Amino acid sequence: MKDPELREMEWPYPLRWGKEKNVDVDVLVLGGGIAGCWAAIAAAKKGKKVAVVEKGATIRSGAGGSGCDHWESAATNPCSRLTPEELTRAMIRDNFGYNNGISHYIECREGYDRLLDLEKMGGKVRDTDDEFVGAPFRDEATKFLFAYDYVNRFTLRVWGTTFKPALFEECKRLKVGIYDRTMATRLLTEGGQQGTRVVGAVGVDGRTGEFRIFKAKATVLCMSRPTRIWLFSPGLPGISEFRPPQCTGDGHAMGWEAGVEFTMMEKSVKAEWSGLRSFPPYGTGNTHNTWYACSMVDADGREIPWIDRDGKILESVSDRYRPAPGQKFFLKGGGESVFPHYETKGPDIMPVDELLERGYKLPFFADLPSMPELERKAIWGLMVGQEGKTQVPILGAYTKAGFDPETHLLQSYGDGWKSGSFLPMERQLFGLPGGMVNDWELRTNLEGLYAAGDQLFASNCHGHAAATGYYAGRHASRYASKASLPVVESSQVEAEKKRILELVDRDSGMGWKELNAGVTRIMQNYCGEVKNEDLLTIGLKLLKDIGQENASELHARNPHELLRCLEVLNIMTNAEIILHACLSRRASSKHLHFMRQDFPEIDPPEWHEFVTVRLEKGDVITGERALDYYGSLEDNYLAHNPDYLQGDGQ
Amino acid sequence: MKAEKATGVPEPALFNPLRFDPEVCNGCNKCIEVCQVDILFPNPEMGKPPVMLYPGECWYGGCCVAICPRPGAIELRVPLANRVHWKPKPRK
Repeated sequence: MKDPELREMEWPYPLRWGKEKNVDVDVLVLGGGIAGCWAAIAAAKKGKKVAVVEKGATIRSGAGGSGCDHWESAATNPCSRLTPEELTRAMIRDNFGYNNGISHYIECREGYDRLLDLEKMGGKVRDTDDEFVGAPFRDEATKFLFAYDYVNRFTLRVWGTTFKPALFEECKRLKVGIYDRTMATRLLTEGGQQGTRVVGAVGVDGRTGEFRIFKAKATVLCMSRPTRIWLFSPGLPGISEFRPPQCTGDGHAMGWEAGVEFTMMEKSVKAEWSGLRSFPPYGTGNTHNTWYACSMVDADGREIPWIDRDGKILESVSDRYRPAPGQKFFLKGGGESVFPHYETKGPDIMPVDELLERGYKLPFFADLPSMPELERKAIWGLMVGQEGKTQVPILGAYTKAGFDPETHLLQSYGDGWKSGSFLPMERQLFGLPGGMVNDWELRTNLEGLYAAGDQLFASNCHGHAAATGYYAGRHASRYASKASLPVVESSQVEAEKKRILELVDRDSGMGWKELNAGVTRIMQNYCGEVKNEDLLTIGLKLLKDIGQENASELHARNPHELLRCLEVLNIMTNAEIILHACLSRRASSKHLHFMRQDFPEIDPPEWHEFVTVRLEKGDVITGERALDYYGSLEDNYLAHNPDYLQGDGQ
Repeated sequence: MKAEKATGVPEPALFNPLRFDPEVCNGCNKCIEVCQVDILFPNPEMGKPPVMLYPGECWYGGCCVAICPRPGAIELRVPLANRVHWKPKPRK
C-alpha cells in the first residue's frame, strides 16, 4: 500500500468560469440527500419535470447516504401497537412541546409507506435471508426485524446501505435531472425582493465553475442543518462534525437571505462528536441507539446494572426491550429527549456518576460476548455495518484488525453514547435543532418554497427525512400545477454571479479554513453555554466585522475551493441567525438547552412558545407561535392529503 | 546528518485517509465519482490510482472502498487518535 499522490497538478476538469447553463423545471429540489431524492421521486411520479441540485454525488450524498440501521416511528407497519397520533403526541410531550408536530406526524403516518417503496426499488427492509429466524425481535410472518421496544414494534432494523443507490436509480428511472457537484448558492425571488415568491436558484459547479441558473414553478429545500458553527477541526475539517463536511446548512443561509421564517434556532447542545476529540460514531462500546441494549462491564468484569424508569434493576437482557410494568411503550433510538418524560422513559444503564460512587471501576467495556447470540449479531454485523458510516471504518476495519464480537470487550470512553468529552461552549445543532417553520403542506412562509428533512425545525432521522421529502415533493407538485410561470429577475442573477466570481478573481487572500476557525471562536466565546444580551450583541458585531474585513479577502484557487469558501460564508450567515434567535428569546429553557444569564428563570409560562426570526427588507423581525400551532394532527392531515389517501401517486 | 543541502518541500497531509495499492488499482475512478466530498481527482496518467488533493476533507465514510471493484486497491486508514481499544474477555 502507498500513500496517495499529493501534488500540484493542472486542474483535471474543463474550466468554465463565468459561463452559464439555464435549466427550466416545474419542481426544483435543492439537496440530493435522503429528503431531496424522495421529494424528486414524488414530484416526478406526479408527471413533473424535476431537477435535483446536489453539491456532492447523489448516489451517496447526505447524512444518510452511506447507511442507516433503523427506521424510526413506522407506526403504520402491520406489527405496530401504536397509532401515529399517540406516537407523535409522545414525541411532542417528550420535548416539552418543542417539536414539529406536523413533520413527525408525517413521519409516523407515512414512513412505513416509504419503506415499502424502498423495497420495490431494491432496498432491503426485511430479513429475507432468514439470518434471524427465531429472534425475539423478528416477526416471522413479515420477516421484519424490530429494535428497542419489542412489544410495540414501531421502529424497524433495516439494511440502509442499500437505500441511497436504490433512490438514485429510481430518480434516474423517473428521468429526474440530476445536477451533481453543483452547489445552490442563492434563491431567486420574484422581483429579486426578500419575502416574495421563490422562482428558482443560482448554482455553481464545483468542478468547472460553470453557473447553473434554475427557473422553477416550485422549489423544495432539502439541505442539511447548519454545522461548523462552534466546531472546526483544522487538520481534519472533514470530520469537524457528525454529518458530512459539505452538509453546512446552505439551505438555512439561502432561506434567511430570501426571508424565510425560522424557529428554535436558539437551541444548541453540548457537542458530542468532533475530529480527534471523539471516536468515530458507533465505534466505541456503549448502550445507545445502534448499540441498544448492549451489556456493559467495568474494568474488573463486574456487570453494570440496567434500570427501568423507576430505578429498579432489570434482571434479564429481555427486560431491556419491553416497557416497565404499567407502561404502554417507551421511546428509544435517537429521537428521545435528553430529559425524557416519565411516561415514555425507557430502560437505561445506571448513570455513570452513580456507578463510580458504587465503586464500579473505569474503564467500562461493551460486553458483546455475553449477549444472546442473535442480539449480538443484530448489534455487531447488522446495525454496526448498516448504520451511518460503520460498514467500512468500523465493522470492516475492526474485523480486519482482529476484533471478535464473541470474545472481545470493546472499551467505552464518554458518558453514554457520546464517545468524547467536550467543553460547555463547544456546541452543535443536534437532537431536534432549529430550522424553517412549516405549514401542513410543508410550505415555508414564502410562496413556492417547501422544506423537508433537516431543513425543517426539530428534524432528526432517516425516516423523518424520507417521509417529509416525499410529502413536500407532492405538495410542491400540486402548487406547480396551478402556479403561474416564474419570472427571474436578471439583476439578482448577475449580482450573485459577481459575488461568486470575486472569490476567484483575487490573486491571493484568506483561505476558507482560517475564516471558519474565526467564526467558531466567536461563537464559542459569545454564544456558548451561558448567554446574555451583551455577549450576544458583541458576537453579532464581531461577526459583522470579520464579514467586512476578512470575508472580503476570501480567496479560492479552483472550483472545489470556491465551494468551500461559499460554505463558510453560509456558516457566517447561519451564525447570525442563531445569534438573532438567542437575542429574541428573553428567557431560559431547559428543553432548548438555552441559558440566559440575564433571564435566569427556567421556562417561565409566558415564554412557553416558539420564537421565530426572519428578515424583512434587511431588518430582523421576531415573532411567536403557539407550541400547538399545527392544530389537530389527524384532522389536518386528512384535510390536506385527500389525493394521497385515495392512493394517488403510490 | 546531511548538512550540506536543504530542500523546501510542500508540507505533507496531516492525515492520510486513504492508501492505494498501485498493483491492484486500475484507475477506473469509481471512487472519485462516489465521493460526496470530492477529495480525489483523476490521475493525469491513465490507469493509475487517483490523486488526492484534499485529504483533510475526508469524512471517513468508506463509500470509495465499498464501491471499489478490485478488493484491496483502496484502504481506509482511520487516524491513530481515533482508534479504539479492546481486550479479550477473561475466561471464568
